[in-house]
Amino acid sequence: MNILAIKLPDVGEGITQAELVEWNVKVGDFVREDDIIAAVMTDKATVEIPCLYDGTIVQTNGDIGDSLAIGSDLVLIETEAEGISVEPDEVEQSAPEPAIVEEVKTPAPAAEKVVPVVEKQASTPSTSALAMPRAEGAPVLASPAVRARARNSGIDLRLVHGTGPAGRITDADLDQYAQGPSQQNGGASGSGRAKREGTEEIKVIGMRRKIAERMSKANANVPHITVVEEVDVTALEDLRAKLNSERGDKAKLTILPILSAALSRAVYDHPEMNAHYDDEKGVVIRHAPVHIGIATMTDAGLMVPVLRHAEAKGLFEAAQDIQDIADAARTGSANREQLSGSTITISSLGPLGAIVTTPIINLPEVAIVGVNKIAIRPVWEGDQFVPRKMMNISASFDHRIIDGWDAAVFVQKIKSLLETPALIFVEA
Amino acid sequence: MKREQCKVLIIGAGPGGYVCGIRAGQLGLDTIVVEGEKPGGTCLNVGCIPSKALIHAADEFHKAKTFQADNKLGISLKNPEIDFAKTQKWKDGIVTKLNTGVTGLLKKAKTRLIQGKASIIDGKTVKVATSEGEQIIECEHLVLATGSSPLELPSLPFSDHVISSTEALSLTDVPKDLAIVGGGYIGLEIGTAMAKLGANVTIVEMDQQILPQYDADLVKPVADRLKKLGVTLHLGAKAEGVTTDGALKISTSEGTQEIAADKILVTIGRAPNITGFGVEDLDLKMDGRHIAINDVCATSMRNVFAIGDITGDPMLAHRAMAQGVIVAEHIVGKPSVWDKRAVPAVCFTDPEIVTVGQLPSSEAITAMFPFAANGRAMTMEREDGFVRVVYDADSELVLGLQAVGNGVSELAGEFALAIEMCATLTDIADTIHAHPTLGETVQETAHLALGHALHI
Repeated sequence: MNILAIKLPDVGEGITQAELVEWNVKVGDFVREDDIIAAVMTDKATVEIPCLYDGTIVQTNGDIGDSLAIGSDLVLIETEAEGISVEPDEVEQSAPEPAIVEEVKTPAPAAEKVVPVVEKQASTPSTSALAMPRAEGAPVLASPAVRARARNSGIDLRLVHGTGPAGRITDADLDQYAQGPSQQNGGASGSGRAKREGTEEIKVIGMRRKIAERMSKANANVPHITVVEEVDVTALEDLRAKLNSERGDKAKLTILPILSAALSRAVYDHPEMNAHYDDEKGVVIRHAPVHIGIATMTDAGLMVPVLRHAEAKGLFEAAQDIQDIADAARTGSANREQLSGSTITISSLGPLGAIVTTPIINLPEVAIVGVNKIAIRPVWEGDQFVPRKMMNISASFDHRIIDGWDAAVFVQKIKSLLETPALIFVEA
Repeated sequence: MKREQCKVLIIGAGPGGYVCGIRAGQLGLDTIVVEGEKPGGTCLNVGCIPSKALIHAADEFHKAKTFQADNKLGISLKNPEIDFAKTQKWKDGIVTKLNTGVTGLLKKAKTRLIQGKASIIDGKTVKVATSEGEQIIECEHLVLATGSSPLELPSLPFSDHVISSTEALSLTDVPKDLAIVGGGYIGLEIGTAMAKLGANVTIVEMDQQILPQYDADLVKPVADRLKKLGVTLHLGAKAEGVTTDGALKISTSEGTQEIAADKILVTIGRAPNITGFGVEDLDLKMDGRHIAINDVCATSMRNVFAIGDITGDPMLAHRAMAQGVIVAEHIVGKPSVWDKRAVPAVCFTDPEIVTVGQLPSSEAITAMFPFAANGRAMTMEREDGFVRVVYDADSELVLGLQAVGNGVSELAGEFALAIEMCATLTDIADTIHAHPTLGETVQETAHLALGHALHI
């Protein structure tokens, strides 16, 4: 029997560490080759780590939420497989030894082994908050005076913890209950509804931690300027309806592919918007291709899959691509290429789109265009109000690179394109 | 026809009805109590109070008679006699005094008492036949407190010869031979008194034990005493009827038998008074033969309440009184509900039996302390009986308290208080009980249960 290490494989190009998001094994478990032993998170992909041998887990390194160095020993396994044995106690996860496993089986490429993040901690509520004061069927013991006081105060004695002999509810217990201490299951109010007490701790790990870090970084480092403009999308919606009515059973157009086309057209005139700002190097990199990040809500949190080369895509082609990358993001099967490399981002909450949003820039980009919901509003046209389909766009820019004037001009350009959609398709 | 209106109309001025009337009046509700007989109900007129008066008189006379013989106290007395008609007059005086008292209490609470027979027209309207003619009373809340009546045996219809407890309590002469059908507490109380007054008493009980609802330990001192008093018990016996010469025919496993009787007293239980005054037309939800109520004594009809014996067992005055208070308070919007842990029950037999809360069962743990080890009991020449506690072994919570012994009815208060306060054994053991009293035995019983009895 040997004790062999399974190292944290290189799960992504150029990545030096990965966050442990799930253990599938514990010490003492017998595992088989290709069983999943853990999941780690890099960038925006979660990667399952398969076992390399049949054997028994003798040591696991790291807790959920820890960042582990690529190449460090993830687990030690007692196995009959050939290899250079290691001593469990000598292993330190922070100082990985050189490669020691013979016949190292190439770990599954990260991009092919993507699983959705499961945040198990979130589903485990604090048990103390739900604890009942006594076993079911146990008598509720209280003197007549305490019972009368409870009745007069609208307190259900069944919910009150009794500290007296034999679990008797005392006057003091009622006082404490009325004050709503944490150990009680909530106090009663005049409404007859019990107050709730207690808190639930949800560890911010994996995807959520990544989102938190990126948002903080963007918001802390980038002075945002947000421009909101209202857009009359009546013509655009008419066009969309017309196109859709001719689609039959095929996938229908949403506003996103049209918006992507408009954005591609707009950045042709405003290349400063389709750019990355590397503030450490002090360089703005303007991109020729338009890779549009589409902010997408998934069960695991916000992801930004990328519609690549939007400038070269037809409307329906873009529609299909957007559908595909969004589905990939939601099911957790998006690959690195689908999740990185955007040059400008669209943020849309669909029907929940509100009137105004303040989008946060997807670093290192310099512009993000948020679209708000479409609503029919009265618009004054010469001598009367007419119902028009109106939609606001809320666009944020990196004010270090983009001046307010340029931001406003860019937004006006988008507005003009969307209000007269034919312009989108006029060659530049 | 005279018409009146009120907020609360109570039918029946027994312990439930009159207490409800007083409490409703105290709470400012315009209240009328209708009573066909004298106020006070069965309890005050033909139940608890007169029976206790006769039991007292019988005890005193019996004591006097025992002094005819040689006795440890050295008292000698020759040929004591009792003028039973005078005794009855004294008893009637007490009843009348209490009748007047109830009337006065209602008046003080500004609750009107109307004498007359009530008949219900609907849930808000009642017709009352008074001595001055019929009148209609309309109310917002109707409280039914019509009580119960002695049950009759089909084989022994009531007559001059076959009587119920009501008649037994107003006999002007002590019968020479008294046969009693039913060995429950009413039959035993009256039978014991009559035996002490000189009657030759025979008690016929269908069960294999008198006081069948209690366990053999509690009943044994009573059975022993009955034997000493010369009372004959026929257990497992069924009353079959009356012979032409007035004897009671009974059948047992050993065959039939005739028991000579000047009077036959039937005390086989009581039936709720729910017919004959229109309550059946309300079509109230029933619980067996009783009116079904919830924890505020509300019936299935909105704003119609029922309290006391018509709502079922235990048919006891103090239960009805507690219900009456709850109903009155509920009507004014107070959050009163029936949340009692126990209804105490007392048998004024000789010796007395008092029970509160849980009786012994296969699961419950008990401790028993005898009066034979109590100084006060010795000084009263009554060392029979005991105090018993039923408790939860883990928490020491007192679940039930019982006693059998001379004068133990007065322990009912302590017992009930202990149960309602959710007392533990230590609560009772650590409470100083005055010496020398019978009550000390309660403390000793708790000590015994805790494993450190001091006086045994």
